[in-house]
Amino acid sequence: MDTHAHDRRRFLALTAGAAATPLLAACGAGFGGDDNRSDGSAADDVTGSFDWKREKGTTVRALLNKHPYTDALIADLKSFTEKTGIKVEYDVFPEDNYFDKLTVDLSSGRASYDVFMLGAYMVWQYGPPGWLEDLGPWMRNSSATGAEWDQADFFPNLLQADQWSLRAGAPLGQGGQYALPWGWETNVVAYNTEVFKKLGLKPAETFDELREISGAIKRKAPGAGYDGMYGIAVRGSRSWATIHPGFMTMYARNGLHDFTVNGGKLKPAMNTPEAIAFTQDWAGMVKQGGPPSWTSYTWYQCSSDLGAKKAGMLFDADTAAYFQAVKGASPASGKIAFHPGPKGPDGSLATNMWIWSLGMNAKSKRKSAGWLFLQWATGKEHLRKAAITGNHIDPVRKSVSQDAAYKDKMKHLPGFIETFETVVDQTRIQFTPQAQFFDATTSWAAALQEIYGGKNAKSVLNGLAGDLASKVG
Amino acid sequence: MGWRLTLRPYVLIVPALLLTCGILYPFGLGLYYTLFDFSASKPQPDMVRFENYETVFTQDAFWNSAWVTVLYAVGAAAVETVLGVAVALLLHRSSIVGRVLEKILILPLMIAPVIAAIIWKLMLQPSVGVVNHLLKPFGLGGVQWTDTPAGALLSSIAVDVWVYTPFVAILALAGLRSLPTSPFEAAAVDGAGWWYTFRRLTLPMLWPYVLVAVIFRFMDSLKVFDIIYALTEGGPGDSTVVLQIRAYLEAIRFQRYSFGISYTIVLWAVVYLAAMVLVRHLGTIQRKAAEAK
Repeated sequence: MDTHAHDRRRFLALTAGAAATPLLAACGAGFGGDDNRSDGSAADDVTGSFDWKREKGTTVRALLNKHPYTDALIADLKSFTEKTGIKVEYDVFPEDNYFDKLTVDLSSGRASYDVFMLGAYMVWQYGPPGWLEDLGPWMRNSSATGAEWDQADFFPNLLQADQWSLRAGAPLGQGGQYALPWGWETNVVAYNTEVFKKLGLKPAETFDELREISGAIKRKAPGAGYDGMYGIAVRGSRSWATIHPGFMTMYARNGLHDFTVNGGKLKPAMNTPEAIAFTQDWAGMVKQGGPPSWTSYTWYQCSSDLGAKKAGMLFDADTAAYFQAVKGASPASGKIAFHPGPKGPDGSLATNMWIWSLGMNAKSKRKSAGWLFLQWATGKEHLRKAAITGNHIDPVRKSVSQDAAYKDKMKHLPGFIETFETVVDQTRIQFTPQAQFFDATTSWAAALQEIYGGKNAKSVLNGLAGDLASKVG
Repeated sequence: MGWRLTLRPYVLIVPALLLTCGILYPFGLGLYYTLFDFSASKPQPDMVRFENYETVFTQDAFWNSAWVTVLYAVGAAAVETVLGVAVALLLHRSSIVGRVLEKILILPLMIAPVIAAIIWKLMLQPSVGVVNHLLKPFGLGGVQWTDTPAGALLSSIAVDVWVYTPFVAILALAGLRSLPTSPFEAAAVDGAGWWYTFRRLTLPMLWPYVLVAVIFRFMDSLKVFDIIYALTEGGPGDSTVVLQIRAYLEAIRFQRYSFGISYTIVLWAVVYLAAMVLVRHLGTIQRKAAEAK
């Protein structure tokens, strides 16, 4: 028995040692990345004359977010396969899970997807670890890129928004091109014309007017036959997405900044006296004229409330109102008009934007085919078709925005084209590019919720700035 | 035959050994990662030893999350225990209605907690939700359930209670059905009232079963993520950011991997210690119950 016990102990010890080996090996192996990264771009491997059929027979894997722009892309994929002989396999995820899925996939380094949708803010997060392919060399290589792609046709501020030097605080429009603009959204005010007419209201030209009108609608609309209607739908969930549409647009129009950059160092600026006053006013506006249960509001709720005649106004992406305004889409369709929204004290119409971009996985094994896909998806032919026959509105290309068929399609929406043309040149990313963007804006949204809940704006924002200073400084 | 007998213990131990390795390997790797400054922006990190833990413990955010986690776990486990035992006592009085209710009661357990939270989110919606609609006749139609810190926490606990009370009830019911009948018959002959019988007989004998349910629910509630995230995302402010949500935000959303794992290791230690204390207590209770029988 003794011998048995001794043998068993030895066996267990040996097995434990064997089990520990992979652990130790993993420790030595580092942190999941492979160090053999080449600085040379795969774009250099493409030579000769440009040929759409160059990668015939290849399959490209795409990760897509559930969106009307995606629907328009999927509907036209057959054209791409006919043109190139490349098959596209794709997965579509709802927005709530989409970015987590993409983040986990990219950070694993597995290259499950060759191409994917992303926002320009994601470039700040995915760019520094080297997960995104720099598309600049592909764009510059005439063997890889057809002349018809016409880079100069993009609105320049959109192309620049996906270009960054990967240095915190450095302005956009310099460094690598980490994604291509594909569809975008400008943040404006959409309103219910029927309610406005009944209550004798006009779209707000100043922030004070906007707050006043929001409160007035909430007070008076139910008595005018709009049961349960409130003034203004804006996002309020504890997420970065709450900060970037209406809030950041109005914040920027007031000449305010998220951070100041001095000698490459970032300093939070959301606690300046002007920023505190603005934030307090914004929270007050939501309290007086915003939706009940605002702290759970995402763009889905904001958009559907406008369509369901629950909200008199919406200060968010123009697309969020567009999808409710088109004929037959909602009870309010045909009664939704667009307006650039309130100006800043100096008449500023600075507007924050969201760009749905397309990017390529730096670890992809099918970069050449992936680039052909990106080229096609952001090309004139597909984008024109998507804008005219699908719901891919807010064109990233000047030629599509000026296309007669596109204008004809959009003209029945009161104020849409006028608003678009008024703000297009002043629409850009109003945030300071930095890798901690999601932490900063999620915390900012939490702070906004606390102020809405009655906490002192100054102490909440000072706390936020103090916390962020150590993270981004 | 001899060598087979000698070999058998080693063969039998293999599944357990593989399982142990499968648990210990990622755990050990996670623990190891916490000693580094590993994030998306620093894929080749420096060894920082225990700096991540130091940062965790000196953050107000951590103590806020720890407090919210404890409040949630204690609140949810306490309410579920009381309700679960009460429901079990009602169902124990065998009747056709009781048997039907028993089947219905188990339904919330069949729904994924995240789905339950989304359903409740819709039902608690102030303007169109069914809860406020039902409360309207009582003058309570305008409650903004998740808009205040206390409301958000209580609503989250309420959803947890809705999902998991049946679990406690089923365990308690199984316990009730396994109790010996003779002490109750003797108490009835002696003319003992319901409350006296419950306090002096039912509860002490049932307690080991109840404590098993409490241990499961308390440990699970300490690790809650899905219900709160789907209902409030941790808001308003930081009022419902429990440790799991903080860890998720740090590791996945903000991609500070080492820091995020440090949060989960701290949570693991808390759950481990709490479980150890409760299990030890369960042993004592079981021994006393056995002696009483």
